[in-house]
Amino acid sequence: MTVLLFTIIVFAGAFAAGTIGSLSGLGGGIIIIPLLSIGLGVDIHYAIGAALVSVIATSSGSAAAYVREGITNMRLGIFLEIATTFGAVSGALIASIAPGSLIAVLFGLTLIFSSINSLRKKEEHLLTSSSPLAQKLKLNGSYPDENGKQTVYGTKNVLGGFGMMGLAGMMSGLLGIGSGAFKVIAMDNIMKIPFKVSTTTSNFMMGVTAIASTVIYLQKGYIQPAICMPTMIGVLFGSMTGSRILLRSNPQKLRLFFAILILLLAINMIYNGFAGKI
Amino acid sequence: MPKNNFTDKTLQTIIGNLLRYGVLLALAVAAVGGAFYLSRHAHETVHYEQFTEQDKNLGQLAKEIIEGLKAGSGTAIIFAGIIILFLTPALRLVLSLFSFLAEKDYLYVTITLIVMAIIATSIVLGHSH
Repeated sequence: MTVLLFTIIVFAGAFAAGTIGSLSGLGGGIIIIPLLSIGLGVDIHYAIGAALVSVIATSSGSAAAYVREGITNMRLGIFLEIATTFGAVSGALIASIAPGSLIAVLFGLTLIFSSINSLRKKEEHLLTSSSPLAQKLKLNGSYPDENGKQTVYGTKNVLGGFGMMGLAGMMSGLLGIGSGAFKVIAMDNIMKIPFKVSTTTSNFMMGVTAIASTVIYLQKGYIQPAICMPTMIGVLFGSMTGSRILLRSNPQKLRLFFAILILLLAINMIYNGFAGKI
Repeated sequence: MPKNNFTDKTLQTIIGNLLRYGVLLALAVAAVGGAFYLSRHAHETVHYEQFTEQDKNLGQLAKEIIEGLKAGSGTAIIFAGIIILFLTPALRLVLSLFSFLAEKDYLYVTITLIVMAIIATSIVLGHSH
């Protein structure tokens, strides 16, 4: 395959991955890895590097708007980044010694878990008071609704959420994904943070979490500029397109379709891992 | 706390803009690099089937990128774009550190410093000596 053809295919694939990632709520990184590794025969280590770079681009891009609107809880984000960066560093170190086939199987399992999780009905939480530790760490906050009215919320189970975030960071460093699904579980289900705040804060944290593992990837040669360039540009434009579609249509039916698609992708990844083809 | 609110609000605007323009700049630089790279190597064959582990520290990498930039290498320009992309969230951390200092919120100054220390450790760990 020539460089030109490769670049065009990766760009188109990354654009599709970004669009599907944003429509399904799974993020573009999780879809670009199977495309590069199974579809184009790129070594999974290079695929992980390129995916992580695209995760930084999309998360910073979309976090920008939410931070300015004051929805993101920056204290909560920075506090939990202790857990995610620590996890990310250990994940990246494991990735550098683990064989590609093991990473592929783990990746497939995470993909299945994330896609099922994205279909689950989310319940909205609003705690009026905070646990003592949450108060000490000033993790409670408020966010504005469409009319600018502030909703005040509290939080609890700080240590549980912190632990889950460590796992999220590890998966991110190991598999090159944003780990949005794990982060939302930590904040939504465990810490009972309102949905709007948890998703935007999770997005806000991805950039810092990802650089903790990418500096390791960078020095070990996982980051190939020629793969990263079409990937990051494609995923970013794709996710922008996806969020524009989301504004106009009901994603419920789309979600089911994508969840099935991603499930098939995951099974393929696991099969290839076991067959030693990755 | 009206005073705190004010600084938080200012910080939100600054960080929001930093993230947005940082990503745009990184993408623009990478796209220029991509155009350079394609104009020279478009008809070569790609080989990404086999991963070869490298072992370079950040200093060496920076030197290579600067050398490459001088020579007008497309890959070096793309690399520069990727580095700008990495610097965006890193700079965001530095900004929040200053803002917590200004607010005299020493608990969060410490927390931010811990996060920075972990990232710094990963730079050291990434380079096996």
